[in-house]
Amino acid sequence: MNQLIVSSSPHINSEETVEKIMRDVVIALIPAGIAGVYFFGGRAISIIAVSVIFAVITEWAMQKLYKRAITIDDWSAVVTGILVAYNMPPTVPLWIPALGSVIAIGLIKQVFGGLGHNFMNPALGARAILLACWPVHMTTWVAPGADALSTATPLELLKDGVTAELPTLWDAFIGNKGGCIGETSCLALIIGAVYLLYKGIINWRIPFTYLGTVALFTWIFGGDGLFTGAGIYNLFVGGLMLGAFYMATDYATSPVTPKGQIIMGIGCGIITSIIRIYGGYPGGVTYAILMMNVATPLIDKYTIPSIYGEVDEDV
Amino acid sequence: MVGFDVLSFLGGIHPPYHKENTQAKPIEKLEPPGVVVIPLQQHIGASCDPVVKVGDVIKKGQKIGESRGFVGAPIHSSVSGIVKSITMSPHPTLGQGMAIIVENDGLDQLDDSIRGNDLDSLPPKEIVDIIRESGIVGMGGAAFPTHVKLSPPSDKEIDTIILNGAECEPYLTTDHRLMVEHADHIIYGLRTIMKVLGVKNAYIGIEDNKPDAIEAIKKVARRYKNIHVKVLKTKYPQGAEKQLIEAIIGRQVPSAGLPMDVGVVVNNVATAAAISNAIKDGMPLIERVITVTGKGVSEPKNLLVPIGTPFSYIIDKCGGTRGTLKKVISGGPMMGLAQYTLDVPVVKGTSGILLLTSEEVQTSKEQNCIRCAKCVEVCPINLMPLMLSAYSKNQDYESCERLNVLDCIECGSCSYICPARKPLMQNIRIAKREAISRRKKQTKRH
Repeated sequence: MNQLIVSSSPHINSEETVEKIMRDVVIALIPAGIAGVYFFGGRAISIIAVSVIFAVITEWAMQKLYKRAITIDDWSAVVTGILVAYNMPPTVPLWIPALGSVIAIGLIKQVFGGLGHNFMNPALGARAILLACWPVHMTTWVAPGADALSTATPLELLKDGVTAELPTLWDAFIGNKGGCIGETSCLALIIGAVYLLYKGIINWRIPFTYLGTVALFTWIFGGDGLFTGAGIYNLFVGGLMLGAFYMATDYATSPVTPKGQIIMGIGCGIITSIIRIYGGYPGGVTYAILMMNVATPLIDKYTIPSIYGEVDEDV
Repeated sequence: MVGFDVLSFLGGIHPPYHKENTQAKPIEKLEPPGVVVIPLQQHIGASCDPVVKVGDVIKKGQKIGESRGFVGAPIHSSVSGIVKSITMSPHPTLGQGMAIIVENDGLDQLDDSIRGNDLDSLPPKEIVDIIRESGIVGMGGAAFPTHVKLSPPSDKEIDTIILNGAECEPYLTTDHRLMVEHADHIIYGLRTIMKVLGVKNAYIGIEDNKPDAIEAIKKVARRYKNIHVKVLKTKYPQGAEKQLIEAIIGRQVPSAGLPMDVGVVVNNVATAAAISNAIKDGMPLIERVITVTGKGVSEPKNLLVPIGTPFSYIIDKCGGTRGTLKKVISGGPMMGLAQYTLDVPVVKGTSGILLLTSEEVQTSKEQNCIRCAKCVEVCPINLMPLMLSAYSKNQDYESCERLNVLDCIECGSCSYICPARKPLMQNIRIAKREAISRRKKQTKRH
């Protein structure tokens, strides 16, 4: 009888665990990976494998170094590894994704305290650093297909006004276009996103306000005159789908309050659109999300919901 | 989302209910034990002083302890017999407490004071006196003296009574069985409360996972045009006072306020049944229905047990324990209290004994908060559990207070849902206690 456990209520827990959540994110990311391999060939597989392996090894090594509990079985490093790979052009030399994962997990995640404590999205933080250090490697694009002809991304074409060479909306949607490995097929990304929404792992607030804001903003300001921009087309090119559903929704770096999540989505949308329309670099998703990441603690602070039955204290 | 046909509230969780073990089992009357342990403190408020001495021969239903304050309720013997001792004993909510130990003589002799009344001829004042003298307290768990609830300050106008038949705690089926088997008692108790407060409108809220209870209560309630049965969505904590009031009549109890601030008095259906016993039969609160359940007990049951019956005796009568017993909980799994011994007795607020085996008790390790915000989503009070817990861990109770920690109703939904298995509820409880003592210190200083 003296083995009874005495603890504070509640005495039961939901089935949900960190591992299950992270594993579901991995599952949701699989269709996009398959599409990336389909369009860009075996090269994509090597990049994904290298970044996942390096992400897990870095996690293990850093946790050893910091004498923290080893949590490589929680799948979170795998998620980061996949996202690092998905943000790479299919042409990069393999040391780039390897370095990317080391930066993402080592510098951005573990140095700041590990899971849940990073202040920016690890994969995007790593991408931003790589982009600044090796811009040529990070922006050499190829067209889908076996011959790997070099090409420009739809966003670059849009920026330069070469609309004649733009892939059709359908090609952009299914992924038959130049770009990063994981962002190429919107169809595959949406299939995974539906899974995450159905499982309750992400909610509508960030992705839908993000996408809606980009569509609206680029439609209004993205053309030669007002209201002539390619609002809908903008949704299906660049890293927007990947960013909106899989990276802007990153728990650790997005607000926890309902109102804050909507601000996050709209903020990402506005910054992405501004960079796409007025910036020197055609893709805005990475920097938009990173900027909103660092604003997240502030957003949370000012969007704490009013409590049940709150009374106005001035009355 | 609040549905259109079935009433509910925002937030909350859907734990597995596990009510199937006992929901169809009729209430069995438990044979009284040889010795009962009746704690002097079984309610919120001033503890009782014994009014009997060791060696006294007492009868069933005789008052054996009297409470000093207005907020308090007397206690009565649940058996006839001899007062063996008055001593410190294990207590299900206090850990330890003074208790009157009565040896049962098996004669089941009723006290002379026990006499039935006629509700129609009793004035409200007398009804309240009978309820107080009968030692009736809220039987949903908090054990707040019922006569105090029925004596609102004159500036509070009460226009609605709500009976709580939600029974949203998983595993428990006591209110369920009471509604199925004793709907008439419950409605009689409700009519008594309506008469005391002069209220025209009353509602009984029942979750939609108890269709037979809804049917049984409706059948009796139909006779009274002011008593309405409201079907609630099955969701935890649907039976929390504020959530219940909002679901049924759409009024929001203000922060730091009470139901009476919005003209409502809420009572549990079991309390209403106890009131009926007190008025109709003159029987004080000396027995109650409990659910004995969980994988750790051989034969789960709904039992009518004398107050003061030790858990160990009850468990024996349910075929004993089964498997590797890990936790014994007084009450349900969401808000119940884990016990360190089976020697604790059933008190007025004990709604069940839940025996969990190693299979049901998870002991997974706490992980880093991943900020998934699930706790924010489920909190029925709109609090920020992850922040409160973190501040509490840092002993920053001032920030907890700023984030309204005192409004927490301790439903435990946040801890339940947390994928990182953080003891959010426990940390928040600590912060609440600290915040309360800070406030006390501040008022003393001024």
